[in-house]
Amino acid sequence: MFSSLKSTIAKIGHNFIEGIWHLGAGGRLFFYILVYLGDSVRRPSLIVREIYATGVLSLLIILVSAFFVGMVLGLQGYNTLQKYGSSEAIGVLVALSLVRELGPVVTALLFAGRAGTAITAEIGLMRATEQLSAMEMMAVSPVGRVLAPRFLAGVISMPILAALFSMIGVLGGYFVAVPLIGVDSGAFWSQMQASVDFREDIVNGVIKSVVFGIVCTMIALFEGYDAPPTAEGVSRATTRTVVYSSLAVLGLDFILTAFMIKV
Amino acid sequence: MSDNIVEINNLSFGYKGRLLHKGINMSFQRGKVVAIMGGSGSGKTTLLRLIGGQLKPIKGEVKVDGAVVHEQGREGLFNLRRKMGMLFQFGALFTDLSVYENVAFPIREHTDLPESMIRDFVMLKLNAVGLRGAHNLMPTELSGGMARRVALARAVALDPQIIMYDEPFAGLDPISMGVVCNLIRRLNDALGATSIVVTHDVHETFSFVDYVYFVSQGVVVAEGTPDELRKSDMPFVHQFVHGEADGPVPFHYPAADYKLEMLRG
Repeated sequence: MFSSLKSTIAKIGHNFIEGIWHLGAGGRLFFYILVYLGDSVRRPSLIVREIYATGVLSLLIILVSAFFVGMVLGLQGYNTLQKYGSSEAIGVLVALSLVRELGPVVTALLFAGRAGTAITAEIGLMRATEQLSAMEMMAVSPVGRVLAPRFLAGVISMPILAALFSMIGVLGGYFVAVPLIGVDSGAFWSQMQASVDFREDIVNGVIKSVVFGIVCTMIALFEGYDAPPTAEGVSRATTRTVVYSSLAVLGLDFILTAFMIKV
Repeated sequence: MSDNIVEINNLSFGYKGRLLHKGINMSFQRGKVVAIMGGSGSGKTTLLRLIGGQLKPIKGEVKVDGAVVHEQGREGLFNLRRKMGMLFQFGALFTDLSVYENVAFPIREHTDLPESMIRDFVMLKLNAVGLRGAHNLMPTELSGGMARRVALARAVALDPQIIMYDEPFAGLDPISMGVVCNLIRRLNDALGATSIVVTHDVHETFSFVDYVYFVSQGVVVAEGTPDELRKSDMPFVHQFVHGEADGPVPFHYPAADYKLEMLRG
């Protein structure tokens, strides 16, 4: 009884210390990436290649998801608004939901699942197959050559993907509200134009997506770089990328929203 | 300038409290091909990593071209590594780059040469390993032996002074093995480099190296030219050279008495 309690406490303590260690190691890696960012900027071809891998290849899943999310918002929004006789406000509801919250958050979750896992698996396998060691032995820093361009690509891609998500989401909402349900097209667009504020809504949404881009890409990079060089190690690291990124995005979304909304 | 390009002095290294090397001394003369041999898990690859500065010793030092490796900062270490080339056990080719781009990688990273000159260099190196015709292939399209040869071309792309080989014969067929042996010797002599070959393939290695170190249980147990070692009557060397299952290197992993364990149930 006593020994099992002791081992449980020891396990909790061990996990806690391990967590702190990982946080510190992640912070140190983030610092190194920042140091090497200048080198990466001078080699735009590397960044463009990674933007293609993380951003362009994520486009399909993000645009299709956005269209469905927009259509669901249109249906649910109309269903509620018509009870209060304000079904013309459907455009406002769809646009604000997407630009303020769903655009950055759902894009970040999809980004973590599509691009984040790809980054973790790729870097984890590069470590397992000694490609990163080979680079170090060639006097080339893997942080500068492999991690920093991917970090920049992730941070650049996320806001663009979130913006596209919101755009296609609005089109999805329009498709349900106007041609299918019969809401007036002019009312849909004009109310949206009148109610969506550039500073309060769009800029805040962009800020969120940049923060999510930094967090998701950094988690994916760290998990890949830190993965034990085995098949199991890489698979666990990939799972951790999705879990930690999702939790971080949802938690940070609350914190950022709390700062942005003036209650 | 010292005769030895690499010197290992009283080196100790270990992981998690277990000592892998216990005061090792070795020296690698310029222009020679030297083999480090020993059983699996004897810390041969770790020695290469210590020479390359990827690991730091607990005690002692590794000197490369007169500079103590573990005392170097990032810049100093990178400068030392520019004098080295390393062939990893399975090649460690960059899987997203073609054969050509793999060999061009260190040249692009460390020089500002025009593309036409990079092409000449890459083709020269690929020709030296017999794979000029494979320059458009991706690493996944290569056999194990071909991948090892491409990795060798990449390792010597910048004409290093020291070339390190980590198990260059592992998993190769006899023809590829002969080709790689021949290449190591030829490249070493053509470049005027020093080669350090970590391996446990006795017969192939003895056919082309100048000097051999045998490592076991953290210490250098024997050293000498291949001829000297062939004639050696040291039990360890005899067991290793003749591939005997039991001897100073026991067949069984340390365990309690078998009979007692069986009786205990």
